[in-house]
Amino acid sequence: MASDLQPPPTPPRVALYNNPKVRALFYQLVLLAAVLWFGYEFALNAKVNLEAQKIASGFDFLDNTAGFGINQSLIAYSETDTYGRVFLVGLLNTLLVAGIGIVLATILGFVIGIARLSPNWLLARIAGGYVELIRNLPLLFQILFWYLAVLGTLPGPRQSLSIFGEIFVNNRGIFVPRPIFGAGAEYVLAAFLIAILGSIGLRIWASRRQNRTGERFPLLWTALAMIIGAPLIVLLALGVPIGFEHPQLRGFNFVGGVRLLPEFAGLLIALTTYTAAFIAEVVRAGVLAVSRGQTEAALALGLRRGLTLRLVVVPQALRVIVPPLTNQYLNLTKNSSLAVAVGYPDLFAVFAGTTLHQTGQAVEIIAITMAVYLVISLITSALMNWYNARIRVAER
Amino acid sequence: MTMDAQRSYVRRALTEPEPPPTASSGAFGLIQQRLFDGVLNSTLTIISLVIIAAIAWPTVKFLLIDAVWQGSSRVDCLPETVKREVGACWPFIAAKFRQFMYGFYPQDQQWRVNLTYALGVILLVPLLIPRIPGKGLNAVLFFGVFPVVGFFLLVGDVLGLEHVETAVWGGFLVTLVISFTGIVGSLPLGILLALGRRSDLPIVRTLCVVFIELWRGVPLITVLFFATYMLPLFLPGDWRIDGLLRVLIGVVLFAAAYMAEVVRGGLQAIPRGQYEAAMALGLGYWRTTGFIILPQALKIVIPGIVNSFISLFKDTTLVLIVAIFDLLGQLRAAFADPNWATPVTLFTGFAFAGMIYFLVSFGMSRYALFTERRLDTGRPN
Repeated sequence: MASDLQPPPTPPRVALYNNPKVRALFYQLVLLAAVLWFGYEFALNAKVNLEAQKIASGFDFLDNTAGFGINQSLIAYSETDTYGRVFLVGLLNTLLVAGIGIVLATILGFVIGIARLSPNWLLARIAGGYVELIRNLPLLFQILFWYLAVLGTLPGPRQSLSIFGEIFVNNRGIFVPRPIFGAGAEYVLAAFLIAILGSIGLRIWASRRQNRTGERFPLLWTALAMIIGAPLIVLLALGVPIGFEHPQLRGFNFVGGVRLLPEFAGLLIALTTYTAAFIAEVVRAGVLAVSRGQTEAALALGLRRGLTLRLVVVPQALRVIVPPLTNQYLNLTKNSSLAVAVGYPDLFAVFAGTTLHQTGQAVEIIAITMAVYLVISLITSALMNWYNARIRVAER
Repeated sequence: MTMDAQRSYVRRALTEPEPPPTASSGAFGLIQQRLFDGVLNSTLTIISLVIIAAIAWPTVKFLLIDAVWQGSSRVDCLPETVKREVGACWPFIAAKFRQFMYGFYPQDQQWRVNLTYALGVILLVPLLIPRIPGKGLNAVLFFGVFPVVGFFLLVGDVLGLEHVETAVWGGFLVTLVISFTGIVGSLPLGILLALGRRSDLPIVRTLCVVFIELWRGVPLITVLFFATYMLPLFLPGDWRIDGLLRVLIGVVLFAAAYMAEVVRGGLQAIPRGQYEAAMALGLGYWRTTGFIILPQALKIVIPGIVNSFISLFKDTTLVLIVAIFDLLGQLRAAFADPNWATPVTLFTGFAFAGMIYFLVSFGMSRYALFTERRLDTGRPN
């Protein structure tokens, strides 16, 4: 019996060049060699070309004097400062417009997204029309529209549009009162911060208490009262140490107050309204992703409408909303580089624009600029991955 | 007998149904239910009506009622001449129409552009209608042959056609050339990158991931600057590379990274069983991919591809920053013409260009929706 069994056939010998593992390695090495060779050729060509055009290389230019002015700067800047300083000024301006834009676009986007889901037919249609119109027009078109057509055709300072006699809008920009902090203003800020910390502590205590006893604590109202009330009490107790410097018409222009450049305003309006349309879609998809059964089950358990929304629908919708929302934030930040089209001095405009034209060091400058945006987007996606891992539903 | 007849009651005719409550039927009921169902809803309706009145009426008034239709210069569009409020100045568009469409493409050669458009439309329309057969041949003609024919038609220098420098191209022509090249160039590159990203070979995968994430992490404008200022430095000094071509290379690389992610979505949606079945049939990697996986994956991602085409179409406007004059660039140039400087020129120009951009993008997004519905055979409702 046993003698009938054949020994298992030895696998046929395969030529080395037909072995899949060897082939895979070979192809990869060829690809790697090609990439490296291209990189080497590029570097070599760049070196020759730069020498021929007498352009310096390296990052020494960052210490050279820039010699041009920038019309908006969050930090002290003058024409005698270095290109390194220019980079910093531009970066801060980018972060400024992106930061404000993200806050405003989130608010507007949520309002429009919810409006689009409204049972009110007319309101839902208006929100839908807004989203369709804005999403189907190029962003640069919208930036130029706001900057050239809307803000550019505003009346001059003498005929400015005034809002409550405090805010003035004209073709030189938007003038708003500047807050002036007197002695003791820092206590108000301190009270505000303490109230926020207190609210966070309160939240932890309230959720522990709810886990223990099942009793809910009116957290939102208490926290709001603390955060608004505490600074207000300190403010009044110190005799209101915060005043305002109002913009005033002097001759042909306004003095005093804070001036928002028309470039800044146009860019901000366009970025906000554009991103808001995308955020509205994200919000709508998130809310629709929570199945009706969830709402019905919550109502069947006896939760009121408001609680159903807050405890059942919103937490589940947020899980769907947050990742694409972060993506939109990232898009807004990247899109803020279109500032160069209207002359708002963001990172791209002052660094990859003016500095590049003055120094001609295209390789270094474009590499730095790309690296900045890349770092911002890598940080954002790292945060998003962390958040996603944290809120993942524990499945069976 | 009579007692029996009286004891039982047989209904001989159905009673008339009661009329439905007025509030839930008919046009009036519908309006009440949808618009005036409670205080909050009524308030929202009134706010909505105010918004519509505040936006729609001035728009219609500006574009049609107050508009100036005839004229030859800025004087015809000034309130002093017309003696009333002036809306859109359409003669401005009429005067600049050629510039908006063709840039400075020589006027006697513009038939070549029109012929290219016509060829494109003839090939594109049957490709978009699912019922028309012969998609394979059609796709080869549109994506393979048409670009070559279009290139020689537009550039010239063959068959006695006059050579036309790309520097004089402009307007909507450039917008279309960039978006079309972007999509045709990025599709094969994007497919390769997506396959590479899902490959088992570590070096291939790493290179593809780095390439994709690099381009996706930076704004398009930096890519255009890279292509315009850095690319010439990387090439041997005696290579002259055309300004439009540089931008096209940048756009293709950028779009390919996004396309790769779209295609990857399709590849991931193909169940493992398909790979295993192909392997069991003895197909190698390229045959599995080419005959089994890609045909299914690409079909799933048609809406995604159309959507990335829409963003590409909108993003072509950015080329005006590197001094290539697309539709928006020509619009901006036309604003600088003192012959047409009126208070309404800007709004007229934006209204015209906006309509073009909107119609193209909106049409494409509707088409994406249509294919999505058509492919989505497993919808629950």
